[in-house]
Amino acid sequence: MKTLDFMKLINSQSLGEIIEQYPIASDFLANFRLNSISKESGLPQALEDVEDDILEEFGLDKNDILQNFCSFLETFAQTQSSIRMVSSITINGGINKLKESENISLTISAGEIISIVGPTGSGKSRLLNDIECLAQRDTPTHREIMVNGRELDDSQRFEMDGKLVAQLSQNMNFVMDLTVREFLEMHAKCRMTPNPNEVVQKCFECANQLTGENFSEDTKVTQLSGGQSRALMIADTAYMSDSPIVLIDEIENAGIDRRQALILLAKKEKIIFVSTHDPLLALSADKRIVIKNGGIVKIIETSEVEKQSLEAIEKFDNTLLKLRNCLRTGEQITEALLKL
Amino acid sequence: MKLITVAGPPSSGKTSIILKLIECMDRPKSSIGVVKFDCLTSFDNISYEEADIPIQIGFSGKTCPDHYFVSNIEDAVQWGLQSGFEMLITESAGLCNRCSPYIKGILSICVIDNLSGVNTPRKIGPMLKFADIVIVTKGDIVSQAEREVFAFNIKQVNILAKIIFINGITGQGSFLLAKYLQQALDINTVRDMKLRFTTPAAVCSYCTGETKIGELYQRGMMKKMEFKKI
Repeated sequence: MKTLDFMKLINSQSLGEIIEQYPIASDFLANFRLNSISKESGLPQALEDVEDDILEEFGLDKNDILQNFCSFLETFAQTQSSIRMVSSITINGGINKLKESENISLTISAGEIISIVGPTGSGKSRLLNDIECLAQRDTPTHREIMVNGRELDDSQRFEMDGKLVAQLSQNMNFVMDLTVREFLEMHAKCRMTPNPNEVVQKCFECANQLTGENFSEDTKVTQLSGGQSRALMIADTAYMSDSPIVLIDEIENAGIDRRQALILLAKKEKIIFVSTHDPLLALSADKRIVIKNGGIVKIIETSEVEKQSLEAIEKFDNTLLKLRNCLRTGEQITEALLKL
Repeated sequence: MKLITVAGPPSSGKTSIILKLIECMDRPKSSIGVVKFDCLTSFDNISYEEADIPIQIGFSGKTCPDHYFVSNIEDAVQWGLQSGFEMLITESAGLCNRCSPYIKGILSICVIDNLSGVNTPRKIGPMLKFADIVIVTKGDIVSQAEREVFAFNIKQVNILAKIIFINGITGQGSFLLAKYLQQALDINTVRDMKLRFTTPAAVCSYCTGETKIGELYQRGMMKKMEFKKI
Protein backbone atom coordinates (compact mmCIF):
# COMPACT_ATOMS: atom_id res chain seq x y z
CA MET A 1 0.00 0.00 0.00
CA LYS A 2 1.17 3.52 -0.81
CA THR A 3 0.82 6.73 1.19
CA LEU A 4 -2.25 7.67 -0.83
CA ASP A 5 -3.99 4.39 -0.02
CA PHE A 6 -3.35 5.01 3.65
CA MET A 7 -4.79 8.50 3.24
CA LYS A 8 -8.02 6.91 2.02
CA LEU A 9 -7.87 4.44 4.88
CA ILE A 10 -7.60 7.06 7.60
CA ASN A 11 -10.52 8.93 6.12
CA SER A 12 -12.77 5.89 5.97
CA GLN A 13 -11.91 4.08 9.19
CA SER A 14 -11.81 5.03 12.84
CA LEU A 15 -8.44 5.42 14.53
CA GLY A 16 -9.28 2.44 16.75
CA GLU A 17 -9.78 0.20 13.74
CA ILE A 18 -6.51 1.34 12.22
CA ILE A 19 -4.62 0.66 15.44
CA GLU A 20 -6.11 -2.82 15.49
CA GLN A 21 -4.76 -3.52 12.00
CA TYR A 22 -1.48 -1.69 12.51
CA PRO A 23 -0.60 -1.76 16.23
CA ILE A 24 2.49 0.33 15.46
CA ALA A 25 0.15 3.28 14.81
CA SER A 26 -0.13 3.86 18.56
CA ASP A 27 3.62 4.42 18.70
CA PHE A 28 3.22 7.24 16.21
CA LEU A 29 0.59 8.90 18.39
CA ALA A 30 2.78 8.54 21.48
CA ASN A 31 5.72 10.13 19.66
CA PHE A 32 3.66 13.28 19.19
CA ARG A 33 1.99 13.20 22.61
CA LEU A 34 -1.32 12.33 20.98
CA ASN A 35 -1.94 9.06 22.83
CA SER A 36 -5.07 10.29 24.53
CA ILE A 37 -7.00 11.50 21.48
CA SER A 38 -10.33 9.90 20.59
CA LYS A 39 -10.04 6.52 18.88
CA GLU A 40 -13.76 6.38 18.01
CA SER A 41 -13.57 8.73 15.05
CA GLY A 42 -11.12 8.96 12.17
CA LEU A 43 -7.77 10.68 12.72
CA PRO A 44 -8.75 13.86 10.81
CA GLN A 45 -11.79 14.36 13.07
CA ALA A 46 -9.90 13.39 16.22
CA LEU A 47 -7.23 15.96 15.44
CA GLU A 48 -9.81 18.75 15.45
CA ASP A 49 -9.87 18.58 19.26
CA VAL A 50 -6.10 18.92 19.50
CA GLU A 51 -4.68 22.34 20.20
CA ASP A 52 -2.41 23.71 17.48
CA ASP A 53 0.11 24.72 20.13
CA ILE A 54 0.95 21.12 20.94
CA LEU A 55 1.64 20.22 17.32
CA GLU A 56 3.59 23.42 16.79
CA GLU A 57 6.06 22.31 19.43
CA PHE A 58 6.93 19.47 17.07
CA GLY A 59 7.07 21.83 14.11
CA LEU A 60 3.93 20.38 12.54
CA ASP A 61 0.38 21.34 11.69
CA LYS A 62 -2.63 19.04 11.41
CA ASN A 63 -2.07 18.37 7.75
CA ASP A 64 1.55 17.42 8.38
CA ILE A 65 0.41 14.96 11.05
CA LEU A 66 -1.91 13.24 8.58
CA GLN A 67 0.82 13.10 5.94
CA ASN A 68 3.42 11.84 8.39
CA PHE A 69 1.01 9.27 9.81
CA CYS A 70 0.42 7.83 6.35
CA SER A 71 4.08 7.63 5.35
CA PHE A 72 4.79 6.16 8.78
CA LEU A 73 2.29 3.37 8.13
CA GLU A 74 3.65 2.88 4.64
CA THR A 75 7.20 2.49 5.92
CA PHE A 76 6.38 0.11 8.71
CA ALA A 77 3.82 -1.96 6.82
CA GLN A 78 6.60 -3.28 4.60
CA THR A 79 7.78 -6.43 6.29
CA GLN A 80 10.10 -7.70 3.58
CA SER A 81 13.33 -5.79 3.15
CA SER A 82 15.50 -6.10 0.07
CA ILE A 83 18.59 -6.49 2.22
CA ARG A 84 17.63 -10.06 3.04
CA MET A 85 18.03 -11.10 -0.56
CA VAL A 86 21.78 -11.57 -0.25
CA SER A 87 22.61 -15.03 -1.54
CA SER A 88 26.36 -14.52 -1.89
CA ILE A 89 29.11 -12.00 -1.41
CA THR A 90 32.42 -11.92 -3.24
CA ILE A 91 35.63 -10.46 -1.88
CA ASN A 92 37.96 -9.35 -4.67
CA GLY A 93 41.46 -8.74 -3.37
CA GLY A 94 43.08 -5.33 -3.12
CA ILE A 95 46.44 -4.49 -1.60
CA ASN A 96 48.10 -4.99 1.80
CA LYS A 97 49.96 -2.42 3.90
CA LEU A 98 53.11 -2.97 1.81
CA LYS A 99 51.12 -2.21 -1.37
CA GLU A 100 51.46 -5.81 -2.52
CA SER A 101 48.52 -7.24 -4.42
CA GLU A 102 46.32 -9.74 -2.55
CA ASN A 103 45.49 -11.58 -5.73
CA ILE A 104 42.40 -13.40 -4.47
CA SER A 105 38.74 -13.70 -5.21
CA LEU A 106 36.50 -15.47 -2.74
CA THR A 107 32.77 -16.02 -3.13
CA ILE A 108 30.86 -16.93 -0.02
CA SER A 109 27.29 -18.25 -0.19
CA ALA A 110 24.52 -17.95 2.35
CA GLY A 111 24.91 -20.64 5.00
CA GLU A 112 28.71 -20.69 4.80
CA ILE A 113 30.97 -20.10 7.78
CA ILE A 114 34.28 -18.34 7.24
CA SER A 115 36.82 -17.78 9.97
CA ILE A 116 39.33 -14.95 9.93
CA VAL A 117 42.65 -15.60 11.61
CA GLY A 118 45.77 -13.50 12.05
CA PRO A 119 47.78 -11.70 14.73
CA THR A 120 46.22 -8.77 16.60
CA GLY A 121 46.47 -5.63 14.50
CA SER A 122 46.99 -7.58 11.28
CA GLY A 123 43.94 -6.10 9.60
CA LYS A 124 41.00 -8.33 10.54
CA SER A 125 38.75 -5.40 11.36
CA ARG A 126 39.78 -3.66 8.13
CA LEU A 127 38.33 -6.62 6.26
CA LEU A 128 35.14 -6.37 8.27
CA ASN A 129 34.92 -2.63 7.55
CA ASP A 130 35.27 -3.33 3.84
CA ILE A 131 32.44 -5.83 3.97
CA GLU A 132 30.22 -3.55 6.03
CA CYS A 133 30.55 -0.58 3.69
CA LEU A 134 30.58 -2.79 0.58
CA ALA A 135 33.92 -1.38 -0.55
CA GLN A 136 34.17 -0.70 -4.27
CA ARG A 137 37.95 -0.28 -4.60
CA ASP A 138 37.56 3.05 -2.80
CA THR A 139 38.80 2.12 0.70
CA PRO A 140 42.50 2.08 1.73
CA THR A 141 42.67 -1.66 0.95
CA HIS A 142 41.28 -1.20 -2.59
CA ARG A 143 39.15 -4.29 -2.11
CA GLU A 144 35.91 -4.82 -3.91
CA ILE A 145 32.91 -6.48 -2.31
CA MET A 146 30.22 -7.73 -4.68
CA VAL A 147 26.74 -8.82 -3.67
CA ASN A 148 25.09 -11.65 -5.60
CA GLY A 149 27.95 -11.39 -8.10
CA ARG A 150 27.34 -7.74 -8.91
CA GLU A 151 29.11 -4.45 -8.27
CA LEU A 152 27.15 -1.83 -6.41
CA ASP A 153 26.66 1.88 -6.95
CA ASP A 154 26.68 4.39 -4.12
CA SER A 155 22.91 4.60 -3.80
CA GLN A 156 22.69 0.83 -3.34
CA ARG A 157 25.40 1.01 -0.69
CA PHE A 158 23.51 3.72 1.18
CA GLU A 159 20.32 1.67 1.12
CA MET A 160 21.72 -0.68 3.75
CA ASP A 161 20.94 1.60 6.66
CA GLY A 162 23.20 -0.36 8.95
CA LYS A 163 21.28 -3.56 8.35
CA LEU A 164 23.78 -5.56 6.32
CA VAL A 165 25.93 -6.80 9.15
CA ALA A 166 24.85 -8.08 12.54
CA GLN A 167 27.67 -8.13 15.04
CA LEU A 168 28.32 -10.25 18.08
CA SER A 169 31.29 -9.63 20.27
CA GLN A 170 32.72 -10.50 23.62
CA ASN A 171 32.22 -7.08 25.17
CA MET A 172 28.54 -6.74 24.26
CA ASN A 173 26.06 -6.47 27.08
CA PHE A 174 22.38 -5.98 27.60
CA VAL A 175 21.60 -2.52 28.89
CA MET A 176 17.79 -2.65 28.84
CA ASP A 177 15.94 -3.24 32.05
CA LEU A 178 13.57 -5.89 30.70
CA THR A 179 12.82 -9.56 31.25
CA VAL A 180 13.93 -12.06 28.61
CA ARG A 181 10.39 -12.32 27.27
CA GLU A 182 9.78 -8.56 27.16
CA PHE A 183 13.12 -8.13 25.47
CA LEU A 184 12.35 -10.66 22.73
CA GLU A 185 8.85 -9.27 22.28
CA MET A 186 10.24 -5.80 21.82
CA HIS A 187 12.64 -7.02 19.15
CA ALA A 188 9.87 -9.02 17.45
CA LYS A 189 7.66 -5.95 17.40
CA CYS A 190 10.18 -3.87 15.51
CA ARG A 191 10.72 -6.67 13.03
CA MET A 192 6.95 -6.58 12.33
CA THR A 193 7.05 -10.36 12.74
CA PRO A 194 3.66 -11.75 11.69
CA ASN A 195 3.57 -14.39 14.45
CA PRO A 196 5.59 -12.84 17.28
CA ASN A 197 4.62 -15.29 20.03
CA GLU A 198 5.85 -18.28 18.08
CA VAL A 199 9.19 -16.68 17.16
CA VAL A 200 9.74 -15.43 20.71
CA GLN A 201 9.10 -18.93 22.07
CA LYS A 202 11.45 -20.58 19.55
CA CYS A 203 14.14 -18.06 20.24
CA PHE A 204 13.84 -18.56 23.99
CA GLU A 205 13.99 -22.37 23.72
CA CYS A 206 16.95 -22.21 21.39
CA ALA A 207 18.88 -19.91 23.73
CA ASN A 208 18.34 -22.40 26.52
CA GLN A 209 19.65 -25.23 24.35
CA LEU A 210 22.82 -23.29 23.63
CA THR A 211 23.67 -22.69 27.24
CA GLY A 212 24.23 -25.26 29.92
CA GLU A 213 22.72 -23.04 32.58
CA ASN A 214 18.98 -22.76 31.93
CA PHE A 215 17.12 -19.53 32.56
CA SER A 216 13.45 -18.59 32.71
CA GLU A 217 11.73 -16.04 30.53
CA ASP A 218 11.03 -13.88 33.57
CA THR A 219 14.74 -13.34 34.24
CA LYS A 220 15.94 -9.80 33.68
CA VAL A 221 18.33 -9.70 30.74
CA THR A 222 20.77 -7.70 32.82
CA GLN A 223 20.93 -10.53 35.35
CA LEU A 224 21.91 -13.26 32.89
CA SER A 225 25.37 -14.79 33.20
CA GLY A 226 27.94 -14.26 30.46
CA GLY A 227 27.11 -17.61 28.83
CA GLN A 228 23.36 -17.08 29.07
CA SER A 229 23.65 -13.59 27.58
CA ARG A 230 25.76 -14.86 24.69
CA ALA A 231 23.28 -17.70 24.06
CA LEU A 232 20.34 -15.29 24.02
CA MET A 233 22.17 -12.89 21.71
CA ILE A 234 22.99 -15.68 19.25
CA ALA A 235 19.48 -17.14 19.27
CA ASP A 236 18.06 -13.66 18.84
CA THR A 237 20.41 -12.89 15.92
CA ALA A 238 19.49 -16.19 14.27
CA TYR A 239 15.72 -15.87 14.60
CA MET A 240 15.05 -12.17 14.64
CA SER A 241 17.79 -10.20 12.97
CA ASP A 242 17.27 -9.08 9.39
CA SER A 243 20.96 -8.87 8.60
CA PRO A 244 22.19 -11.42 6.05
CA ILE A 245 25.77 -11.24 7.33
CA VAL A 246 26.80 -12.05 10.89
CA LEU A 247 30.15 -11.08 12.24
CA ILE A 248 31.39 -12.78 15.37
CA ASP A 249 34.36 -11.45 17.25
CA GLU A 250 35.34 -14.36 19.53
CA ILE A 251 32.82 -16.13 21.74
CA GLU A 252 34.15 -17.02 25.15
CA ASN A 253 33.96 -20.72 25.89
CA ALA A 254 32.21 -20.44 29.23
CA GLY A 255 28.66 -21.70 29.34
CA ILE A 256 27.81 -21.91 25.67
CA ASP A 257 28.01 -24.51 22.92
CA ARG A 258 29.96 -22.54 20.32
CA ARG A 259 29.79 -25.09 17.53
CA GLN A 260 26.05 -25.42 17.89
CA ALA A 261 25.78 -21.64 17.84
CA LEU A 262 27.59 -21.42 14.50
CA ILE A 263 25.55 -24.24 13.00
CA LEU A 264 22.34 -22.55 14.10
CA LEU A 265 23.29 -19.27 12.40
CA ALA A 266 24.40 -21.07 9.23
CA LYS A 267 21.11 -22.97 9.08
CA LYS A 268 19.34 -19.63 8.99
CA GLU A 269 21.03 -18.97 5.62
CA LYS A 270 23.31 -16.28 6.92
CA ILE A 271 26.88 -15.62 5.85
CA ILE A 272 29.03 -15.93 8.92
CA PHE A 273 32.44 -14.50 9.62
CA VAL A 274 34.19 -15.46 12.84
CA SER A 275 37.27 -13.55 13.80
CA THR A 276 38.96 -15.81 16.31
CA HIS A 277 42.08 -17.31 17.91
CA ASP A 278 40.07 -20.27 19.20
CA PRO A 279 40.85 -23.55 17.35
CA LEU A 280 37.33 -24.90 17.90
CA LEU A 281 35.72 -21.89 16.23
CA ALA A 282 38.35 -21.52 13.51
CA LEU A 283 38.06 -25.16 12.46
CA SER A 284 34.26 -25.19 12.62
CA ALA A 285 34.33 -22.91 9.59
CA ASP A 286 34.22 -24.13 6.01
CA LYS A 287 37.18 -21.94 5.05
CA ARG A 288 39.53 -19.63 6.84
CA ILE A 289 41.03 -16.38 5.68
CA VAL A 290 44.56 -15.76 6.91
CA ILE A 291 45.52 -12.12 7.33
CA LYS A 292 49.01 -10.65 7.58
CA ASN A 293 50.29 -7.08 7.09
CA GLY A 294 46.80 -5.80 6.40
CA GLY A 295 46.22 -8.20 3.53
CA ILE A 296 44.71 -11.61 2.87
CA VAL A 297 47.66 -13.98 2.36
CA LYS A 298 45.87 -17.29 2.19
CA ILE A 299 42.47 -18.90 2.06
CA ILE A 300 42.51 -22.38 3.53
CA GLU A 301 39.71 -24.85 3.10
CA THR A 302 39.19 -26.80 6.33
CA SER A 303 40.63 -30.26 5.58
CA GLU A 304 39.08 -33.61 6.51
CA VAL A 305 41.85 -34.17 9.05
CA GLU A 306 41.10 -30.80 10.62
CA LYS A 307 37.39 -31.53 10.73
CA GLN A 308 38.06 -34.82 12.45
CA SER A 309 40.33 -33.12 14.95
CA LEU A 310 37.38 -31.07 16.09
CA GLU A 311 36.22 -33.91 18.29
CA ALA A 312 39.55 -34.11 20.07
CA ILE A 313 39.57 -30.34 20.50
CA GLU A 314 36.08 -30.45 21.92
CA LYS A 315 37.30 -32.99 24.49
CA PHE A 316 40.11 -30.67 25.58
CA ASP A 317 37.55 -27.98 25.83
CA ASN A 318 35.18 -30.05 27.94
CA THR A 319 38.02 -31.01 30.24
CA LEU A 320 38.81 -27.34 30.81
CA LEU A 321 35.15 -26.65 31.41
CA LYS A 322 34.96 -29.44 33.97
CA LEU A 323 38.00 -28.06 35.78
CA ARG A 324 36.47 -24.62 35.81
CA ASN A 325 33.21 -25.93 37.25
CA CYS A 326 35.04 -27.92 39.93
CA LEU A 327 36.91 -24.82 41.05
CA ARG A 328 33.69 -22.86 41.04
CA THR A 329 31.88 -25.30 43.28
CA GLY A 330 34.78 -25.53 45.72
CA GLU A 331 36.04 -29.00 44.76
CA GLN A 332 39.64 -30.10 44.39
CA ILE A 333 41.31 -30.97 41.11
CA THR A 334 42.21 -34.67 40.87
CA GLU A 335 44.22 -36.61 38.33
CA ALA A 336 41.07 -38.39 37.15
CA LEU A 337 39.62 -35.08 36.07
CA LEU A 338 42.59 -34.39 33.82
CA LYS A 339 42.13 -37.62 31.86
CA LEU A 340 40.51 -36.96 28.50
CA MET B 1 33.14 25.27 0.66
CA LYS B 2 30.95 22.48 1.99
CA LEU B 3 29.19 23.14 5.29
CA ILE B 4 28.09 20.29 7.56
CA THR B 5 26.26 20.75 10.86
CA VAL B 6 26.61 18.11 13.54
CA ALA B 7 24.46 18.06 16.68
CA GLY B 8 23.88 15.62 19.50
CA PRO B 9 23.48 15.24 23.26
CA PRO B 10 26.58 15.83 25.40
CA SER B 11 29.08 12.95 25.37
CA SER B 12 27.31 11.13 22.56
CA GLY B 13 30.56 11.00 20.59
CA LYS B 14 30.33 13.97 18.20
CA THR B 15 34.00 14.91 18.47
CA SER B 16 35.23 11.31 18.08
CA ILE B 17 33.04 10.84 15.03
CA ILE B 18 34.26 14.06 13.40
CA LEU B 19 37.90 13.12 14.08
CA LYS B 20 37.45 9.65 12.61
CA LEU B 21 35.60 11.12 9.68
CA ILE B 22 38.34 13.61 8.84
CA GLU B 23 40.92 10.84 9.23
CA CYS B 24 39.26 8.65 6.62
CA MET B 25 38.53 11.50 4.19
CA ASP B 26 42.18 11.47 3.25
CA ARG B 27 42.53 15.17 2.48
CA PRO B 28 45.16 17.67 3.62
CA LYS B 29 44.45 18.47 7.30
CA SER B 30 44.35 22.22 6.73
CA SER B 31 41.48 21.85 4.25
CA ILE B 32 38.86 20.94 6.85
CA GLY B 33 38.00 23.22 9.78
CA VAL B 34 35.75 22.76 12.78
CA VAL B 35 33.66 25.26 14.75
CA LYS B 36 32.51 24.01 18.11
CA PHE B 37 29.50 25.66 19.75
CA ASP B 38 29.60 24.69 23.38
CA CYS B 39 27.94 25.93 26.57
CA LEU B 40 30.32 26.59 29.41
CA THR B 41 33.63 24.85 28.94
CA SER B 42 35.07 22.41 26.47
CA PHE B 43 38.11 20.22 26.30
CA ASP B 44 37.58 19.07 22.75
CA ASN B 45 39.93 21.72 21.35
CA ILE B 46 42.77 19.58 22.68
CA SER B 47 41.64 16.58 20.64
CA TYR B 48 41.31 18.68 17.50
CA GLU B 49 44.63 20.44 18.02
CA GLU B 50 46.37 17.10 18.56
CA ALA B 51 45.00 16.00 15.20
CA ASP B 52 46.19 19.27 13.59
CA ILE B 53 42.68 20.30 12.67
CA PRO B 54 41.94 24.06 12.69
CA ILE B 55 39.37 24.64 15.47
CA GLN B 56 37.39 27.61 16.71
CA ILE B 57 35.38 27.31 19.93
CA GLY B 58 32.53 29.54 21.12
CA PHE B 59 30.64 29.39 24.41
CA SER B 60 26.96 30.27 24.53
CA GLY B 61 27.20 30.96 28.27
CA LYS B 62 23.89 32.21 29.61
CA THR B 63 22.12 32.31 26.24
CA CYS B 64 20.33 29.43 24.55
CA PRO B 65 22.83 27.37 22.51
CA ASP B 66 20.57 27.37 19.43
CA HIS B 67 20.14 31.16 19.50
CA TYR B 68 23.90 31.38 19.84
CA PHE B 69 24.37 29.06 16.86
CA VAL B 70 22.09 30.97 14.53
CA SER B 71 23.58 34.34 15.44
CA ASN B 72 27.11 33.15 14.73
CA ILE B 73 26.82 30.70 11.87
CA GLU B 74 27.33 33.21 9.06
CA ASP B 75 30.51 34.49 10.75
CA ALA B 76 31.66 30.90 11.05
CA VAL B 77 31.11 30.37 7.32
CA GLN B 78 33.09 33.52 6.51
CA TRP B 79 35.90 32.37 8.82
CA GLY B 80 35.97 29.07 6.95
CA LEU B 81 36.10 30.72 3.56
CA GLN B 82 38.87 33.11 4.62
CA SER B 83 40.85 30.19 6.01
CA GLY B 84 40.59 28.47 2.64
CA PHE B 85 38.77 25.36 3.88
CA GLU B 86 37.14 22.92 1.47
CA MET B 87 34.84 21.82 4.26
CA LEU B 88 33.62 23.37 7.49
CA ILE B 89 32.03 21.20 10.15
CA THR B 90 30.09 22.79 13.00
CA GLU B 91 29.57 20.83 16.18
CA SER B 92 26.95 21.76 18.76
CA ALA B 93 25.76 20.08 21.91
CA GLY B 94 21.99 19.90 22.23
CA LEU B 95 21.00 20.11 25.83
CA CYS B 96 17.23 20.46 26.07
CA ASN B 97 16.06 17.76 23.60
CA ARG B 98 14.65 20.55 21.52
CA CYS B 99 17.82 21.91 20.03
CA SER B 100 18.08 21.59 16.29
CA PRO B 101 20.83 23.75 14.81
CA TYR B 102 20.04 22.68 11.24
CA ILE B 103 19.66 24.81 8.14
CA LYS B 104 17.52 23.97 5.13
CA GLY B 105 19.76 22.74 2.30
CA ILE B 106 22.80 22.20 4.55
CA LEU B 107 23.69 18.59 5.35
CA SER B 108 22.62 17.93 8.94
CA ILE B 109 23.88 15.14 11.14
CA CYS B 110 22.61 14.00 14.53
CA VAL B 111 24.80 11.83 16.76
CA ILE B 112 23.20 9.73 19.48
CA ASP B 113 24.54 6.84 21.50
CA ASN B 114 23.15 3.38 21.96
CA LEU B 115 23.61 3.50 25.72
CA SER B 116 21.17 6.34 26.20
CA GLY B 117 18.18 3.98 26.36
CA VAL B 118 16.09 2.48 23.57
CA ASN B 119 13.30 5.03 23.83
CA THR B 120 15.62 8.03 23.69
CA PRO B 121 15.20 8.47 19.91
CA ARG B 122 11.49 8.93 20.47
CA LYS B 123 12.13 11.66 23.04
CA ILE B 124 14.82 13.76 21.39
CA GLY B 125 12.58 15.66 19.01
CA PRO B 126 13.68 18.15 16.33
CA MET B 127 17.39 17.43 16.72
CA LEU B 128 16.70 13.90 15.48
CA LYS B 129 13.59 14.53 13.44
CA PHE B 130 15.15 17.14 11.16
CA ALA B 131 18.52 15.46 10.59
CA ASP B 132 19.50 14.00 7.20
CA ILE B 133 21.83 11.45 8.73
CA VAL B 134 21.59 9.88 12.17
CA ILE B 135 24.78 8.38 13.52
CA VAL B 136 24.56 5.83 16.29
CA THR B 137 27.63 5.39 18.47
CA LYS B 138 28.66 2.93 21.19
CA GLY B 139 26.84 0.10 19.41
CA ASP B 140 29.84 -2.14 19.98
CA ILE B 141 28.94 -2.65 23.63
CA VAL B 142 25.25 -3.48 23.35
CA SER B 143 23.52 -6.47 21.80
CA GLN B 144 22.49 -6.67 18.16
CA ALA B 145 18.85 -6.68 19.27
CA GLU B 146 19.28 -3.41 21.11
CA ARG B 147 20.93 -1.86 18.07
CA GLU B 148 18.04 -2.95 15.90
CA VAL B 149 15.37 -1.71 18.29
CA PHE B 150 17.25 1.57 18.56
CA ALA B 151 17.40 1.97 14.78
CA PHE B 152 13.72 1.13 14.58
CA ASN B 153 12.88 3.83 17.09
CA ILE B 154 14.93 6.33 15.08
CA LYS B 155 12.95 5.39 11.96
CA GLN B 156 9.75 6.00 13.87
CA VAL B 157 10.68 9.62 14.39
CA ASN B 158 12.58 10.25 11.17
CA ILE B 159 11.55 7.96 8.35
CA LEU B 160 13.81 9.54 5.76
CA ALA B 161 17.04 9.68 7.73
CA LYS B 162 19.97 7.48 6.81
CA ILE B 163 21.13 5.62 9.88
CA ILE B 164 24.82 4.81 10.18
CA PHE B 165 26.40 2.91 13.04
CA ILE B 166 29.88 4.18 13.76
CA ASN B 167 32.38 2.97 16.32
CA GLY B 168 34.01 6.15 17.61
CA ILE B 169 37.06 4.26 18.85
CA THR B 170 37.95 2.16 15.81
CA GLY B 171 36.22 4.36 13.25
CA GLN B 172 34.29 1.40 11.84
CA GLY B 173 31.46 2.81 9.74
CA SER B 174 32.95 6.28 9.21
CA PHE B 175 33.90 5.54 5.60
CA LEU B 176 30.26 5.43 4.56
CA LEU B 177 29.62 8.74 6.29
CA ALA B 178 32.55 10.30 4.42
CA LYS B 179 30.94 9.12 1.18
CA TYR B 180 27.71 10.88 2.12
CA LEU B 181 29.46 14.14 2.86
CA GLN B 182 30.62 14.38 -0.73
CA GLN B 183 27.00 15.14 -1.59
CA ALA B 184 26.93 18.21 0.67
CA LEU B 185 26.17 21.51 -1.00
CA ASP B 186 28.96 23.97 -1.86
CA ILE B 187 28.16 27.41 -0.43
CA ASN B 188 29.80 30.76 0.14
CA THR B 189 27.23 32.16 2.55
CA VAL B 190 24.22 31.02 4.59
CA ARG B 191 22.67 34.49 4.57
CA ASP B 192 18.93 34.32 3.74
CA MET B 193 18.85 30.56 4.28
CA LYS B 194 16.34 29.26 6.81
CA LEU B 195 16.55 27.16 9.92
CA ARG B 196 14.75 23.83 9.65
CA PHE B 197 12.99 24.45 12.94
CA THR B 198 12.37 27.41 15.20
CA THR B 199 14.72 27.84 18.15
CA PRO B 200 13.27 27.50 21.65
CA ALA B 201 11.25 30.62 22.43
CA ALA B 202 12.01 32.16 25.78
CA VAL B 203 11.78 35.83 26.51
CA CYS B 204 10.88 36.04 30.15
CA SER B 205 12.18 37.75 33.24
CA TYR B 206 14.37 34.74 34.05
CA CYS B 207 16.16 35.13 30.70
CA THR B 208 17.30 38.55 31.79
CA GLY B 209 18.69 37.62 35.14
CA GLU B 210 15.74 37.22 37.52
CA THR B 211 16.42 34.56 40.15
CA LYS B 212 13.54 34.95 42.64
CA ILE B 213 10.69 32.41 42.57
CA GLY B 214 7.00 33.40 42.58
CA GLU B 215 4.30 34.75 40.32
CA LEU B 216 5.26 38.29 41.21
CA TYR B 217 8.58 37.91 39.42
CA GLN B 218 7.43 36.01 36.33
CA ARG B 219 7.07 38.26 33.29
CA GLY B 220 7.13 37.76 29.54
CA MET B 221 6.54 34.46 27.79
CA MET B 222 5.47 31.85 30.30
CA LYS B 223 4.17 28.35 29.92
CA LYS B 224 2.28 26.98 32.89
CA MET B 225 1.77 23.33 33.74
CA GLU B 226 -1.67 21.97 34.46
CA PHE B 227 -1.93 19.93 37.65
CA LYS B 228 -4.83 17.51 37.93
CA LYS B 229 -6.75 17.04 41.18
CA ILE B 230 -6.27 13.62 42.73
